[in-house]
Amino acid sequence: MKRTLVFAGRNVRELLRDPLTIGFGAAFPVLLLVLLSLISRNTPKEVFTIESLTPGIAVFGLSFFSLFSGMLVAKDRSTSFLMRLFASPLTAGDFIIGYTLPLLPLALLQAVLCYAVALVLGLPFSVSVLRAVLAILPAAALYIAIGLLAGSLLNDKQVGGLCGAMLTNVSVICSGAWFPIDLVGKGFRTFCSILPFAHAVDLGRCVLSGTSDGLSVHLAVVCAYAVVLSVLAVLAFRRAAKRG
Amino acid sequence: MTAIQTIDLCRAFGSVQAVDHMNLTVEKGEIYGLLGVNGAGKTTTIRMLSCLLKPDSGDALLLGHSIVRESAAVKKIINISPQETAVARNLTVRENLMLIAQIYGFTKQEAASRTNELIDALELSEVLSRKAGTLSGGYQRRLSIAMALVSRPQILFLDEPTLGLDVLARRALWRFIEKLRGEMTVILTTHAMDEAEALSDRIGIVSKGSLRACGTAQDLMARTQTDSFEDAFVRLVSEEAEK
Repeated sequence: MKRTLVFAGRNVRELLRDPLTIGFGAAFPVLLLVLLSLISRNTPKEVFTIESLTPGIAVFGLSFFSLFSGMLVAKDRSTSFLMRLFASPLTAGDFIIGYTLPLLPLALLQAVLCYAVALVLGLPFSVSVLRAVLAILPAAALYIAIGLLAGSLLNDKQVGGLCGAMLTNVSVICSGAWFPIDLVGKGFRTFCSILPFAHAVDLGRCVLSGTSDGLSVHLAVVCAYAVVLSVLAVLAFRRAAKRG
Repeated sequence: MTAIQTIDLCRAFGSVQAVDHMNLTVEKGEIYGLLGVNGAGKTTTIRMLSCLLKPDSGDALLLGHSIVRESAAVKKIINISPQETAVARNLTVRENLMLIAQIYGFTKQEAASRTNELIDALELSEVLSRKAGTLSGGYQRRLSIAMALVSRPQILFLDEPTLGLDVLARRALWRFIEKLRGEMTVILTTHAMDEAEALSDRIGIVSKGSLRACGTAQDLMARTQTDSFEDAFVRLVSEEAEK
């Protein structure tokens, strides 16, 4: 475990010394929340309430964590530095945990920031807000696992394309982060319910509103995806390590 | 005492047999030069010995531990300085060394002490707080080697350690490598004949994935009836190519 924490410490430094992490991880979701909130207020019929918008933006912000984790792994894989680590006593599990651990508190911090701005924008404070912040963790694990899997299979340019462009768009469109997916149609709703993104957003909304209707299903789907993708990431990373 | 013994080690990449029944023995505390032309199988051999690649068949024992069955035990006693400079670019020189020492199980205090020793030995104090990615090629190479030494390995693999260094940096590194003689077992791959001759106790010539000849530079020159080690190497490799 000590080795894993040492490796995690290195990854924290790598992430925090990259200005893109701060820019995309913290500033962008907050700016988006403010912007969409203002648009919503200035339209004749309020499109989205801050109660619905905030969990959506909090989850959307996590798509950048897929990019961070994927780029970190892919960049390491492209250098001899990882070869040195592969020859060390670190195991594939140590690597994946070491890459994941630093991102979870950062994801939590991003959610705290997002909900703090939402409180300023008019979200009423209650214990549910704190619960909603914590409810981001399964979704954070999910998005980080997507990044780790991508980083274990692809090079850094491909990860940039997949996680930076494709995943952020798919995540927004298929999650209903800032528009109701029911508006698109029943078929699309069914399609989105197969993917974990809408469940991640709905999980946050359920927790924030204090409704238990569907909460366990949303939680189960997000956790199941997170576990399966994490296992796949470990296997893919192990395969990459064996290939050298 | 034998530090490394390979037993019919084989590895192919598709239809290319990179290492073909490699049998070599390295004594404890020896600096062993592994020489060969490009694609001879040196780096593949090192990668298998450092548990980065699994052999297709055969095995190697490193201080009695099998690379096939006991890779975890092997990884604790070895370290490697890869052909390309292997440093974490966003970490400082000190952070890079501390990281590797702690990954190998050193406490923070032990790691700091070992880091300070190597900073002095490899003259890295000037760049101690600089990020590795901002260092010159020479400093990066020195740091990469320091990172391989920080764990006090019993067996050290140096894959072309002076590649890209200027003559002064190269000579300084030679002096440092010479000091390792007797302290740890070193396998050194290089394309530089003078380097192999100056540093190695014994030299193994690798061609087409297997060991063609092994001995001191003088032995190999006598065996090939040549006046220089470079000529001896060329003759040994050419004879193999003609077969």
